[in-house]
Amino acid sequence: MLELKGIDAGYAGFQALFGVSMRVDAGEAVAVIGSNGAGKTTLLRVVSGLLAPTAGTMTMQGTDLIATPPHKVIETGIAHVPESRRLFPRLSVEDNLRMGAFIPAARAKFHQRLEYVYALFPRLKERRTQLAGTMSGGEQQMCAIARALMSEPKLVLLDEPSMGLAPVIVSQVFDLVRRIRNDGYTVLIVEQNVRQVLKVVDRAYLLEVGRMKASGRAEELAASDEIRKAYMGL
Amino acid sequence: MDCQLDIFFLEAVVNGLLLAGLLALLALGLNLIFGVIDVVWICYAELVMVGMYGINYAYKGGMPFLVAALFGIVLVAIAGALLHFLVIRPVLETPPINQLLVTGGVLFLLQAAATMAFGIEFKNLGIRLGSLNIIDMSFSWSRILAFLFALAGMLALWLFLSRTFIGTAIRAISQDRQIMPLMGVDSRKLYLVTSAIGGGLAGLAAALMVLQYDIYPQIGLQFGPLIFMICVLGGLGNMIGGFVAAFIISQFIAVGSSCFHTEWGYAVAFLFFMVAIFIRPQGLFGSRT
Amino acid sequence: MTGLRLKPATIIGLLAVAALPLVVRYFLPASEKYYLHLLIQILLWSFIYTGWSLMGRFGLTSLGHGAFTGIGAYATVMLWNFAGITPWIGIPVAVALATVVGVLVGYPCFRFRIAGHYFALLTLALTEFVRLCIVGLRDFTGGSLGTQPRRYGDGISLYALQFEPDRMLAYYIAFGLWVLGLYVWLRVDGSMDRYALDAASQDEDAAASVGINVTRERLKITALSSAMCALGGAIFAQYQMYIGPDTIAGLGLSLNIVFAAIAGGIWVLLGPTVGAVFTQVLAETLRVVIQGSATLKGMFGSSALALDQLIYGLLLVLFIIYMPNGILGTTMAWWRRRAAARAATGRAGN
Ligand SMILES: Nc1ncnc2c1ncn2[C@@H]1O[C@H](COP(=O)(O)OP(=O)(O)OP(=O)(O)O)[C@@H](O)[C@H]1O
Ligand SMILES: [Mg+2]
Repeated sequence: MLELKGIDAGYAGFQALFGVSMRVDAGEAVAVIGSNGAGKTTLLRVVSGLLAPTAGTMTMQGTDLIATPPHKVIETGIAHVPESRRLFPRLSVEDNLRMGAFIPAARAKFHQRLEYVYALFPRLKERRTQLAGTMSGGEQQMCAIARALMSEPKLVLLDEPSMGLAPVIVSQVFDLVRRIRNDGYTVLIVEQNVRQVLKVVDRAYLLEVGRMKASGRAEELAASDEIRKAYMGL
Repeated sequence: MDCQLDIFFLEAVVNGLLLAGLLALLALGLNLIFGVIDVVWICYAELVMVGMYGINYAYKGGMPFLVAALFGIVLVAIAGALLHFLVIRPVLETPPINQLLVTGGVLFLLQAAATMAFGIEFKNLGIRLGSLNIIDMSFSWSRILAFLFALAGMLALWLFLSRTFIGTAIRAISQDRQIMPLMGVDSRKLYLVTSAIGGGLAGLAAALMVLQYDIYPQIGLQFGPLIFMICVLGGLGNMIGGFVAAFIISQFIAVGSSCFHTEWGYAVAFLFFMVAIFIRPQGLFGSRT
Repeated sequence: MTGLRLKPATIIGLLAVAALPLVVRYFLPASEKYYLHLLIQILLWSFIYTGWSLMGRFGLTSLGHGAFTGIGAYATVMLWNFAGITPWIGIPVAVALATVVGVLVGYPCFRFRIAGHYFALLTLALTEFVRLCIVGLRDFTGGSLGTQPRRYGDGISLYALQFEPDRMLAYYIAFGLWVLGLYVWLRVDGSMDRYALDAASQDEDAAASVGINVTRERLKITALSSAMCALGGAIFAQYQMYIGPDTIAGLGLSLNIVFAAIAGGIWVLLGPTVGAVFTQVLAETLRVVIQGSATLKGMFGSSALALDQLIYGLLLVLFIIYMPNGILGTTMAWWRRRAAARAATGRAGN
């Protein structure tokens, strides 16, 4: 479904990704793990068009993503839940969801999608008129995921959904991820919470200082000594 | 000076209220543009002037007034979009001072162009709507209608902003510009649409003002600074603040003018503004720290 | 204090500007008065633009300087006309008044960290307020038609600070003022305050966190800047022997000040001066060409007079879009790039 080959990317005078290649197949859940500053966020920003890569190729179901303008990437079926949620804090929950359905294809089905995400997250329905910025961290994460689902995407990019949440809430968030993938969405998730994320996904990539160091089935990686030592504190 | 709590005082208060509608409409347009694009059109009042001339000529050319008014609204909406496209877009990434100045240049340009094209004579549509007389007070229908239509225009904008997808995007963009592409929003297009709406509001104001005022190239200087003052008083970019500030300021003007001389009405309003800003420099409703 | 060391080039430059009127007298005796007038205007405006740039270069974009020149001019003239107070006292009073106004408006803004568009609009309101007061006090000020300082004797007087009929004298007064402006600029440039203000214009919080009192620094520069513009306005009134709300106050003037300063370049010492030369020569050329051209008059009739404003506005727009660093700033950057390129090829050649 999504395929990256030899991607280089960076910021003014600083290269953050070096020849990164990876793929996500339809129906899969894939994780990218790595420590702080490894380039995980940068990778997702490249996929959703927020950052233009300097080399490499990138396709989504055959569409060349590099030639696609940033605001058109979502129309290829990619929805991005950005790092630290980035809701519109002074808009209501429902207006945030409305923003998620901005593209023409989603606008037409707005009410249907709204019902769908409200069924998925009844909590949001209760709080539909509340300003997004005043909700708790867990609720905001729900809202951010719901906003991404509004566009009826095929692939959902999640950037550290567990960040800054209490342990109880973190496991709720991973339950959520499991649920949306059971609903048929393909998921690409970036996490530092390696132990938990490996329980949710099928496959994972290990990113270290901008380079892909390893990849494999989630159970294999979870069993690998190296990863257990470096990322799971065992 | 003769300032008593009599019927003329009441008349002044009501006239101030009627003026407030128009000023609120213009402040709303400016705040909308600032809120979305983060620029101030110093030449906003001159766009109104363009609209007034447009309506004047359309009407004298034989169009019925309502059609001419519609023409004026569309004309200024296009002017607003053009202003953004030709002048603002190239300086969008430069310091605020450049953005201010560039629209200041457009101000000179439009005034001069109007002088060359239409001359410096005062022009008037010659429509007389008469006035509404209650007890000893008299209120011209042109002002009453201007007030009502300005309110209607603001209501329409409010519905647009709260009920449509583009309206929601307009409210959202100032809260997080970077992630707009993730929502599928093309910021450049959104800026253009906002500029056209801001222009359209100026066009509506023009349609309401041609019924009350004579048209001349410098008319923008009469009320331009007033609108900026209202926007600052209400907190720049704060649409509700601008609305309330318009009502406060227009009371100062109306009551001040009825007690003293017209300029003093304006001067009193500005003085109030200065004092208010000294106490709350971020504006009455501003939330900046 | 470091003291300013005068480089030979500086001395030659100053002497050259000082000798300009003699050049005019020698080569253009027939129109000496006209050219001197042009030069005087350039020097006076340079002083005012330099005063504005003192603030403008630190990110304090004021549209309120038309208020300060207005206060300087009107207070001086009103004191002279109606109280018989000599400008020798009147000007300091006017300058003090403008400074107080500047500080009163600046204080809340700086304390609450208001900058950018917001500051510009706020100061714009100040300009408009002063203009309205001038027009409203029409019994004294002559309203929108303007007024004149009462002429004292034959129009040349030390006591009344009137010198308009003697253009040579006027020139050297304007020259002195211009040099004063440059001196102030250099003093500010070499002071510690400048680093504080620079730091504050880049990042206010960071500047405050290293112990810079941002509010006080900004108030100091505002006071200096408004005082200079008030002084410039007052001298301008004494030279022109006429003041009007739109010639020495008002939004149009504020915009002109800002544009000229930006057009020249606000980051370099002589930028505002270049801006004054550019705008004055441009305005004068447009006026002469348009008024002298029968074709244009035939095409546009009396409204040809607005043509210069039209071109002025158009140039302003083009300038900001294509030359945001000003004439001098852009030229200097180009020069430096060229020099660097030459040095590079020179090294490669060796
Ligand atoms: N806007 C930026 N400008 C310059 N450098 C940046 C920028 N954003 C990120 N970087 C750098 O790029 C590298 C990768 O950053 P990235 O945010 O992708 O890391 P990450 O793996 O998401 O880390 P974390 O787990 O802390 O979120 C880091 O060294 C970071 O400093
Ligand atoms: Mg990250």
